[in-house]
Amino acid sequence: MPSEKMLMNGSHTVGEAAVRAGCRYYFGYPITPQNELPEYLSARMQDVGGTFIQGESEIASINMVLGASVAGGRAMTSSSSPGISLKQEGISYMAGMELPGVIINMMRGGPGLGNIAPSAADYFQATRGGGHGDYRTPVLAPAGCQELADLTFLAFDLADKYRNPVMLLGDGLMGQVMEPVVFPDFIDLKDLPRKEWALHGCEGREARAVYSMFLGQQGELYYHNLHLQEKYDRITAEEQRWETKRTDDAEIVVVAYGTAARIADTAIEELEAEGIRAGLFRPITLWPFPLPALRKLSQHVAKIAVFELSLGQMVEDVVLSVGERAEIYFHGLPGGIIPTPAQVAAFIRSALKGDGTVGRRIDV
Amino acid sequence: MIIRTTFAGFGGQGVLLMGYVLSHGAMHKGLNITYFPSYGAEMRGGTANCTVTLSDKKIASPVASNPDIVVAMNYPSLVKFEPAIVEGGAVFLNTSLFSEKPSRTDIEIVSVPTLELAKEAGSDRGGNMVMIGAVCARTGMLSLEETVKGMQAALKGKEKFFEQNQKAIEKGFAFIADGK
Repeated sequence: MPSEKMLMNGSHTVGEAAVRAGCRYYFGYPITPQNELPEYLSARMQDVGGTFIQGESEIASINMVLGASVAGGRAMTSSSSPGISLKQEGISYMAGMELPGVIINMMRGGPGLGNIAPSAADYFQATRGGGHGDYRTPVLAPAGCQELADLTFLAFDLADKYRNPVMLLGDGLMGQVMEPVVFPDFIDLKDLPRKEWALHGCEGREARAVYSMFLGQQGELYYHNLHLQEKYDRITAEEQRWETKRTDDAEIVVVAYGTAARIADTAIEELEAEGIRAGLFRPITLWPFPLPALRKLSQHVAKIAVFELSLGQMVEDVVLSVGERAEIYFHGLPGGIIPTPAQVAAFIRSALKGDGTVGRRIDV
Repeated sequence: MIIRTTFAGFGGQGVLLMGYVLSHGAMHKGLNITYFPSYGAEMRGGTANCTVTLSDKKIASPVASNPDIVVAMNYPSLVKFEPAIVEGGAVFLNTSLFSEKPSRTDIEIVSVPTLELAKEAGSDRGGNMVMIGAVCARTGMLSLEETVKGMQAALKGKEKFFEQNQKAIEKGFAFIADGK
């Protein structure tokens, strides 16, 4: 049975959802603004007979996820921007070894140590691989507590389905905002498909190996990469997710994800009272980016306004999607600044007029 | 219906707890809510504020452009948030701590001597509970029963504080009803 309605912050929500989704192995190293997540799991894992380890570092933690995953468990780590940078080597290894695993990034301001305030400037890192090599990780972008819960379930399912690490990309604001949330029922671990590749002792069967190094002279790495690419193509074809609101007769459509999308949503409501018909296109998977859906939409709308809590990252995927079909405007804010709906409304008005007072036109 | 309330003060005044109480009370009442805190790294001192949005519809942004209600537990909070309040909105002042008044004339001003009232209720640490009682009573966001229920949900596991907090909340309601 689903849970009762509970009032929880975003970090606690991910922790509870992970446990219900069958995660029994959590490894992490503290960093603000996501410490409420390991705090929650440090107690909750004990209730369900799971394992919680505060590793000696981010690098140790992601490699513990690798180890738990290769042994067949549902494993997760979490951090915030600087800590996620440290985990990239392990994520690349997991991609090469085709290991499932869930990585939570509650983004904060960067680059470097930046600050502890909310930001969304890790889009490039999350969607373009992040570590070395030709690999991809599905990236899910929730926009509130209920979606944090639902997408945590999806993250574990996608990770197992494709044998690939999956990233959930939230931000410091989302981690701290409290909202009512209803959790799906606990997954019965016995119902999950058997992992016929997992390593848990080979008594009575042939030995297996899982590795990311292919030194052979017969093109082993070449073929391994082509195999991975075939998988990424399948994910691209099958796993795009997005939400649209009020796009039917919109004169302008805002493209935004996560917290930025929620702020834009209220801005759009406020503009409706002024007679401005603005719509919202919210990517839920950042990779694979819902390119065909946005392309189709851009054939029927004159202007696209991209709003980000960064100085311009997702806008590149919007340009790839829209091309010259519609005028593209961009407004973004650097790390640690939380805009109000009124500021986003000012951007949308400016983009409609094309006067360049807030944001700028992107020259495609 | 949508009401946005910003609670602000310095860390340690129970500013965030007031927001929890309102949030829990409103959720039990069946409303949609978002609770958005903003504070520094300090446990005490520094500035703390939270914005609680209540609505009978789905709430998009947890960040408010302009609050309908501001609860200023110290003077810097009044200075910071007074300009943002919507026309016809309200500001609650913790007059136990400062006597300055807002310069705006298009908002309602409610002065609450939280410390004196909390002492009368039996504990000088209950100023925030007196204030949330006064806020709910004056705005009608929650009834006395709903506010108490919200406090109990917000402090689940700390039942030993329920009785004293309830007295302080009742004091806040009585202050608005009687003006004393």
